[in-house]
Amino acid sequence: MAQSESKKSVISIRNLKKYFGQHMVLDGFDLDLYEGESLVIMGKSGSGKSVMIKCLVGLVPHDNGTINIMGRDLDLADENDMDYIRTEVGFLFQGSALYDSMTVRENLEFPLRRHTRKFGEIDDATPLVLEALRDVGLEDAIDLMPEELSGGMKRRIALARTLILKPAIILYDEPTTGLDPITSKEIVMLMKRIQEQYKTSSIIITHDVDCARYIADRMILLVDGINYAEGTFAQLDASTDPKIQAFFKT
Amino acid sequence: MILFQSWRQNISDFLEETGELAFFAGRFFREVTRRPFEFKELLRQCYNIGNRSLLLVAVTGFIIGLVFTLQSRPKMMELGAEAWLPSMVGISIVREIGPIITALICAGRIGSGIGAEIGSMRVTEQIDAMEVSGTNPFKYLVVTRILATTLMIPLLVVMSDFVALMGSWLVESIKGDVSFFYYFDEVFVSLDFADLIPSTVKTFFFGFAIGLVGCFKGYNCKHGTAGVGVAANSAVVETSMVLFIIDFVSVLVSDLIF
Repeated sequence: MAQSESKKSVISIRNLKKYFGQHMVLDGFDLDLYEGESLVIMGKSGSGKSVMIKCLVGLVPHDNGTINIMGRDLDLADENDMDYIRTEVGFLFQGSALYDSMTVRENLEFPLRRHTRKFGEIDDATPLVLEALRDVGLEDAIDLMPEELSGGMKRRIALARTLILKPAIILYDEPTTGLDPITSKEIVMLMKRIQEQYKTSSIIITHDVDCARYIADRMILLVDGINYAEGTFAQLDASTDPKIQAFFKT
Repeated sequence: MILFQSWRQNISDFLEETGELAFFAGRFFREVTRRPFEFKELLRQCYNIGNRSLLLVAVTGFIIGLVFTLQSRPKMMELGAEAWLPSMVGISIVREIGPIITALICAGRIGSGIGAEIGSMRVTEQIDAMEVSGTNPFKYLVVTRILATTLMIPLLVVMSDFVALMGSWLVESIKGDVSFFYYFDEVFVSLDFADLIPSTVKTFFFGFAIGLVGCFKGYNCKHGTAGVGVAANSAVVETSMVLFIIDFVSVLVSDLIF
């Protein structure tokens, strides 16, 4: 409550509902993300976490409820609003989703081609590409193809591609899944550094308790399509509710 | 009863997919006229599609011309119609064999490639990544590929026809001592607009069908990597079927007009 009074909400979700046929995935989910905050969402596999953030960027249409991103209602957004949202909201996909027919440079240049509103017409994108690659510590990979990169490098390049548009919000869909513990830790530390450096707000979907412990300012547990519990890592970790404990004591 | 239900299900699936394909085609026509136009990607696709199939189409065309003439020649000689061989081969290749064989080869080569490429982009979330980065993936991936196949297949067919006729002339020149100029003069004298126009127009439809079905299968690919294989395979099978239907309709229509 104190947070909502002191900080501006950049994403607000109210009563979000999503069904796949008869199967209910989200049943009135609410969420507020505040400026500069890292919000971790945890839930069991199939609990609708990924569906929820895909609803946030319009990749999956929701059935009911409202989504407001930086003052723009997603349902009422016209093409300009969507362009604005696409620029201000970065998305890091679970499997990195690098364009495998393009080099790292082309992958990073790709989002710039549509967003002339923020950057103007760009004749030479190399300085921006190099800056984004420097942020993730992979300047030397600029001319490599995605197939030449390791899993951790792919994740970093995907993050660089997200960063190149200088978004105000970054959505992370299971950023450490499939990585070894050391690389996972590196990615989490990188996410933390990026957040501090660019003052971004983040929603992080994860199963990784260590990741949540390190990065979360606040957490939401998504159970049965609703936000079952909300609080800091320490508050939820100390809870005696068996459904909450199931996430922490494994 | 079970057989009836299975048939009913198959017919229902077929109609459903036909409807979805029609919507997909409708979306193509809507998007193709809207800005921004992806000229650079269109040129890249034209180059890829033309270049990727050039050698295969040329070799196949040459062998078809060669074999067709080798097989027809003895019978034509028997009938005393050896002089008609260039005309017969020319008309057959330009009107039917060149377009349909080239289109079938391209369905296998290009259609499956498009289905697999877009399908793999779908299952690895590259299409979603494109969408969240503000690029319309339908315009960037689908419209450019369909336009590229529509423009490049006719060119490949023209080249294939020429190479096939060269193959045919080679046989004639070795076996019958026929000169290059005499052979091609005979071919062009026998061809008129009624042969050239319908066979050229239908190749644009062939190209459109190859791109459309390949993109449709890839764009709607489901069920992970196994789905990519299914998309590539069904793109070839269904495109081949569509090509024969287009060919049949074009023959009926050109019969009415010419």
